[in-house]
Amino acid sequence: MLNIKKLHKSYPIGDSSLHVLKGIDLTVEDGEMVAIMGSSGSGKSTLLNIIGMLDEADEGEYILDGVPIKNLTEKKAAIYRNKFLGFIFQSFNLINYKNALDNVALPLYYQGMKRQERQELALFHLGKVGLEPWAHHLPNELSGGQKQRVAIARALAANPKLLLADEPTGALDTKTSHEIMDFIQHLNDEGKTILIVTHEEDIAQMCKRIVRLKDGLIMEDEKVEQVRASQYVG
Amino acid sequence: MIKFLFARDTWQEVWDSLSKNKLRTMLTMVGVWWGILLLIGLLGSARGLENSFNRLFGSFATNSVFVWGQNTSKPFKGFQEGRMVKLTLTDAKIVEENVEGIEFVVPRNQNQSQVVRNFLSGNFAINGDFPLLDKVQKKKLIHGRFLNQSDIDDNRKVAVISEDIYKQLFEKDEEMIGQLIQINNMNFTVVGMFENGNVNMGPTSDIHIPFTTFQQIFNQGDNIGFMMITGKPEYDITQIEADAKLILKNLNNVHPKDKRAFGSFNLGKEFKKITGFLVGMQFLTWFVGIATLIAGVFAIGNILLITVKERTKEIGVRRALGATPYEIKRQIVVEAVFITLLAGFLGIITGGWILIALDKAFGQGDEAVIVNASVSIGVVFISLIILVVLGTLIGLIPAFKATSIKPIDALREE
Repeated sequence: MLNIKKLHKSYPIGDSSLHVLKGIDLTVEDGEMVAIMGSSGSGKSTLLNIIGMLDEADEGEYILDGVPIKNLTEKKAAIYRNKFLGFIFQSFNLINYKNALDNVALPLYYQGMKRQERQELALFHLGKVGLEPWAHHLPNELSGGQKQRVAIARALAANPKLLLADEPTGALDTKTSHEIMDFIQHLNDEGKTILIVTHEEDIAQMCKRIVRLKDGLIMEDEKVEQVRASQYVG
Repeated sequence: MIKFLFARDTWQEVWDSLSKNKLRTMLTMVGVWWGILLLIGLLGSARGLENSFNRLFGSFATNSVFVWGQNTSKPFKGFQEGRMVKLTLTDAKIVEENVEGIEFVVPRNQNQSQVVRNFLSGNFAINGDFPLLDKVQKKKLIHGRFLNQSDIDDNRKVAVISEDIYKQLFEKDEEMIGQLIQINNMNFTVVGMFENGNVNMGPTSDIHIPFTTFQQIFNQGDNIGFMMITGKPEYDITQIEADAKLILKNLNNVHPKDKRAFGSFNLGKEFKKITGFLVGMQFLTWFVGIATLIAGVFAIGNILLITVKERTKEIGVRRALGATPYEIKRQIVVEAVFITLLAGFLGIITGGWILIALDKAFGQGDEAVIVNASVSIGVVFISLIILVVLGTLIGLIPAFKATSIKPIDALREE
């Protein structure tokens, strides 16, 4: 599904530059659920952004679903993002003047889907996260957990191959975090490949594999026994 | 692109983003609204003023010049300087026949005389006139008629008086037609009364009597006081004046370079000054209006730029969800054009209301300062096109700004 070799990335800071990723090798298979861990400054977000085509690597190889991701124009990157990737952000990043349904339908709009079709599909995905009754509410009328569920529905709407979550529970309390993780685990059970960036150990333990970054290098890459979030829910 | 413009989704997006940010939208619109309102208001008022000028002069042949005889300033052909030049009917006829571009030559006589009716009397300007005068200096008759050819042929003692004279010589609401007034101790029958003009161009006009009668009672012989020369619209009145004077100098044995022998008042030239002022005012109005409009569009650009900054995150999210830079730009430009057009329409409508209000306040009746204040559809159309073009251009700035930020930076923005 995802193949990364010798990835380097540095950011210019004034005259000098900060070497953030110093040669990352990572392979993710279909249906995996991987946690990327590390303290702040370890390069985990940068890695996720490069995987998400929001940022570009300086050096190295990145192949996503057999497609080499290199020298993308903004337009092509946008199309790939739309086709391959679903994003879940720490701060939800819903568009605050659009209701839940329209937010979920947004990636479909950019796919060029017809309005009617789009609305139906979005409603279906909202139903999957249990928010059908909230379809016509604006984000600020929803709780944090509900917002994140809308964001998950939006990430899923375009049926992406890879789900990228950047601290998906970072802004939520423990109980809601577990609910969200339960959702994400279920998605993985259905076969979705998921990458989660987190710095919380208990969230990482709910994945099937943990990749630990430190100072721009992979320190540890281990398969773990998945802790099911459902046991905390209810 | 065409499909995009007619897609419901496009407008849904525009509507969402504008209607959910009402204050921002309002503030943005005020600039353009104000600009086009000023443009319409100013242009309309300028047109109204122009119309009122045109109405004032409408009754007057403006392409005219008055010429009269004065004292010579150069000796010529044995005549000494300082000789009084008298114009005659023959002069008028020769001028009419020999100068190119002349429409009419109206010989006139005028003096001040004592006018008496019953116990009321006054000193008024008496004009000896031909019916032709009515062609070049339209009299608005309230009662009766103007002088006619039979009056001239029969040397009738008839008079056409102005409203002012009526007020001074008659009692209120008294019938004037057929009444007698005494001019120079002779009885004249009043046959008509005219309204005082709004502007008095040329000599005062109080009482008009037939030219021939004037000749007789004041012993004028063939002499005339002055002549009013009217040129055809396509001819330059200044040239006509020069030509006429040259002929008159020749006829009256005046030195060709004598500048003082004939006095003249060139109405056409004076009128041109006023119309020139009107043209200047129109130009100024356009200038101010369009400058304000441009300032308004810049205000839109400015605010859009700020909102792009404010919406950086939203734009980042949209791009993460698969919006191409083109789609983002397109959206912002359409928003810009839509908002400019909407504000423009509102401005045109309110501008129209202002013109209606001006018309109600100043445009009623004969003394109106502003007549039919209006702007042509063409002007409205052109300003709308200008708005669309400027809106597009100004929308491009924030649009490029929006897509020049990397999506990752946009998302990082908190």
